[in-house]
Amino acid sequence: MPLIIYKSHDGNTQEVHAETGTSIMQAAVDNGIDGILGECGGCCSCATCHCYIDPAWVSKVSPADSTETDMLDCVLEPQETSRLSCQVIITDEMDGIIIAMPESQY
Amino acid sequence: MSEHCIVIGASHAAAQLVSSLRQEGWEGKISIVGDEPYLPYHRPPLSKAFFVGEKTEEDLLIRSADFYTKNKVDLLLGSRVTRIDRDAKKIILEDDVEVPYTKLVLTTGARVRKIPFVGSELAGVFYMRDLNDVKQTHKFTGPGKSAVIIGGGYIGLETAASLRKIGMNVTVIEAMSRVLQRVTAPEVSAFYTRIHTEEGVDIRTEAGVDAITGEQHVEGVRLADGSTIPADLVIIGVGVLPNVELAETAGLTVDNGIVVDEFATTNDSDIFAAGDCSNHYNPIYKRQLRLESVQNATDQAKIAAKAICGKPEVYRALPWFWSDQYDLKLQIAGLSQGFDQVVIRGDSEQGRSFAAFYFSEGNLIAVDAINRPKEFMMCKRALTAGQSADPLKLADESIEIKDAFN
Repeated sequence: MPLIIYKSHDGNTQEVHAETGTSIMQAAVDNGIDGILGECGGCCSCATCHCYIDPAWVSKVSPADSTETDMLDCVLEPQETSRLSCQVIITDEMDGIIIAMPESQY
Repeated sequence: MSEHCIVIGASHAAAQLVSSLRQEGWEGKISIVGDEPYLPYHRPPLSKAFFVGEKTEEDLLIRSADFYTKNKVDLLLGSRVTRIDRDAKKIILEDDVEVPYTKLVLTTGARVRKIPFVGSELAGVFYMRDLNDVKQTHKFTGPGKSAVIIGGGYIGLETAASLRKIGMNVTVIEAMSRVLQRVTAPEVSAFYTRIHTEEGVDIRTEAGVDAITGEQHVEGVRLADGSTIPADLVIIGVGVLPNVELAETAGLTVDNGIVVDEFATTNDSDIFAAGDCSNHYNPIYKRQLRLESVQNATDQAKIAAKAICGKPEVYRALPWFWSDQYDLKLQIAGLSQGFDQVVIRGDSEQGRSFAAFYFSEGNLIAVDAINRPKEFMMCKRALTAGQSADPLKLADESIEIKDAFN
């Protein structure tokens, strides 16, 4: 089970071992990490699971589709490595990935 | 007595509430009592991804079983509460077991509105609310078979799209003059009628149901005009009713839902309610609301958790909704009821992408955005901030959407 490191906006980290095949959002919700909400349950409808992929790990993550890209244009404080974490599926190659979270989802 | 928070209803709101209670520092016992035998699960996929087999039962879980163990949440599933004794501060279960509480939360949700059509007891007739219902429909679905859906609301139309996906013949029966009449503008209804027709669904409006016909198994639906539509499966989706009986019997204030204040608290300061079953005052729309949505269930549950932990915060959230049909992603921000003007951005008569902005007395109140995530996101933010928009700019696609709000 790959290790996912969630980093809150004030720098606190929480480490979680997550099943491959699940999403970065679901792993956060299952472990009570409150920086990620995931209100729509992962169907890319709400943009309340916004996160920043650590630049060193971007190449391990599949790219966003057009719906996700459009929604990311409109989130609070978007950055180049912004993603909706419900669309990022955990693979073995992501073992140790660092996921930073914004101060607020809305 | 040591602290014990009991949550009645293993729902979206319950799943959020128990998590928020622990985050807010609740150290007492927590129990969830649910009458279904399942952990809290996502209901929206029941008519969509789960229905067509793209999601499994396990995928539906809002939080994994592990979460409840780690957070020391006791689960009493498949267990029905028959009564709340407010004086003794305890709940009474079906088997007469009594469980004392110090704080009680009602997240009892809503149940389907049932219409006693002749023949509605036949095998093959279903509602689409609970996992158990939907699991049983699978015996009656299959390519080439026929389905009749009674009710042209979101549930009816989502189910129609799912049934077409698995190759069934689908007819939708709607009593009103257009689908989605209660919730959208005529332009949006016309759009969904066009798309469903293009996808092969037969939509019949202003059509009354006379009876569901068949011997043991459903064979058809007879309409008020005397014609019969053959059916192997009938799905009824004509709305829901809030589950308020426990609250009512316990003497809590009920008026189209369990009435709560801005802190999700009922007229008993130790009893709270959240989600579809509750009726609350919304400061953005300045009226009492009973919402049927995941957003309200989760957001109001957080407010209830804060109040329980002695950190009250006013509930002030913008309602939002979504509906997925075919390749259409509909995202709705705000409430359009009472609109007197609709502004369309894009072309609703051709293609599959546009947004309908709703105004009341010159103020923006809501948007229905179809395959338009930017319009949805920008409008949601503007409405939350109390901003309006310029109708002329919204209608002009050469102007960036972000420049239309003021």
